[in-house]
Amino acid sequence: MKRIKINEQHCIGCRLCEIHCLVQHSKSKKIIKAFREERESIVPGIHVEESGYVSFALQCRHCEDAPCIEACMTGAMYRDPETEAVICDQDRCVGCWMCVMVCPVAAIRRGPEDQVASKCDLCMEAEIPVCVVNCPNEALVYEDDAVR
Amino acid sequence: MKRHPYLIIGNSVAAIAGVEGIRQVDDDTPITILAREPHHTYSRPLISYWLSGQVDDGDMFYRPEDFYEQNRVDVILSQEVISVDPQNQTVQTADGHRIAFDKLLIAAGGQPIVPPDIPGSDADGVFTFTTWDDARNIRDFVTQQGVQQAVVVGGGLIGLKSLEALVELGLQTTVVELADRILSATFDQTAAELAQTMLEEAGVTVLCNNTVAEIATEDRQVKEAILHTGQHISCQLVVFAIGVRPNIQMVADTSIAVDWGILVDDHMQTSVADVYAAGDVAQAPALLSDERRCIPILPNAYRQGCVAGQNMAGADQLYRGGLVMNAVDICGLPTISVGMTTPDNEDCEVLTALDEEAPSYKKIVLCDEKVVGAIFVGDIDRAGIFTGLIKQEIDVASCKELLLTEDFGVISLPTEYRKHLVSGMGIEV
Repeated sequence: MKRIKINEQHCIGCRLCEIHCLVQHSKSKKIIKAFREERESIVPGIHVEESGYVSFALQCRHCEDAPCIEACMTGAMYRDPETEAVICDQDRCVGCWMCVMVCPVAAIRRGPEDQVASKCDLCMEAEIPVCVVNCPNEALVYEDDAVR
Repeated sequence: MKRHPYLIIGNSVAAIAGVEGIRQVDDDTPITILAREPHHTYSRPLISYWLSGQVDDGDMFYRPEDFYEQNRVDVILSQEVISVDPQNQTVQTADGHRIAFDKLLIAAGGQPIVPPDIPGSDADGVFTFTTWDDARNIRDFVTQQGVQQAVVVGGGLIGLKSLEALVELGLQTTVVELADRILSATFDQTAAELAQTMLEEAGVTVLCNNTVAEIATEDRQVKEAILHTGQHISCQLVVFAIGVRPNIQMVADTSIAVDWGILVDDHMQTSVADVYAAGDVAQAPALLSDERRCIPILPNAYRQGCVAGQNMAGADQLYRGGLVMNAVDICGLPTISVGMTTPDNEDCEVLTALDEEAPSYKKIVLCDEKVVGAIFVGDIDRAGIFTGLIKQEIDVASCKELLLTEDFGVISLPTEYRKHLVSGMGIEV
């Protein structure tokens, strides 16, 4: 499948990926409007972690052997048969946080309004995830890997 | 007699995972499911959400409507298996059918415990709470009898989730817990107190160090719960949530070895070849333990069922061992507990951070510089990292000071483990 590869030595910690992720997953898809009116109701699927000179942007790894799918009690967390991305169907999520408990990279967050699980969906509506498109230093790359 | 190449007893998480495990290896050999209940596979943990009206009938199902068809599963509902004959490779159902198999997966779950020695425990208005029909019966009883007050016996996970639903239905509720705190199996005193405060704020009366000694009745209807301490609590409904016993009667007096549950090896196979067990019925290898244990939680049930299914279909898949863990939202307070949370081993090191106002509580238990247990109350966002550290037995000496800090994250982890996580390939569970 196509995955987002992280090149931590290229990350400058600018957090543009977080902003573009928010806008992409907003209703308005407009940066100012999303910030002013929707900020409370969207949680970005990507988070920049920083420590000293090291930084990287981390989102769901769409694990081959995804523990969140196994732990999901409603069946809301599933693998998209076409893209192989791990997707949370928020209409079916009840916010039990089993997925938060088992994600080893803490890529699943509570939101919006702490009701349902929120995570990276590899930008289903876009050809290339917006965090990758808008990374100014190619710290995020979208590429095929040879899984299996 | 027609032989079934893959026969599965049960229709919940472990059974469905069994189907999915088989299909990862074998695309087309037919699978047969024998289900005791009359429903399409549904999510058991959702019954409290259903009872409170948060989830409706249509959203109860664990897999889509066409799941059986898509996976070439012949599902036989309302068919209870009463015995297994491993020598002749057959099972016997309650209505007299004998069904032959080549490979069998026993995913028959557990049965809630109702203490028979409590007078009145067979009265109208006494329920358990593990199936959709239990929830339906409680809802009907509450409406028809105009129930005002309820007593829940047991302050574990099932007890608390049933309480939440009963509160939502407008009932005055009391929970009676035998131990000195609620969620005593996974919570320490501090976490239990925070959870208890949330329950009390929602209007629940919490009584610990106590239990129901007798249920007083009138015309077979529940009137009062009488506690060990002599206290009388007026109620029309009692829910027993004191634990679940694996459904092992069907293998009694057979060559299939049992202890508390059906004993399985690290391939989820029982002591008899071609007979597998998974989920709440199985007693399987466990992490942080030398002994095989029954850990009746959903993620373990799925993993076990999936491993069993793969091996039934000819793979050589290893079950690495279950881990006690729970995520539960208590009246809006999210909590997660993993592994050994109240260590009796003096060599363990315990790190804690408490903010009673938030409220937020974090506890990390370390043994030989490895995380072996953790509790998170309130701020749970990073809990999964700790689950990973426990499962992978990562030495955290290099980042110990950071474990409880606000910005602890994947970046704080030992470089090699971090690279493994971030590489994005399959993460072993």
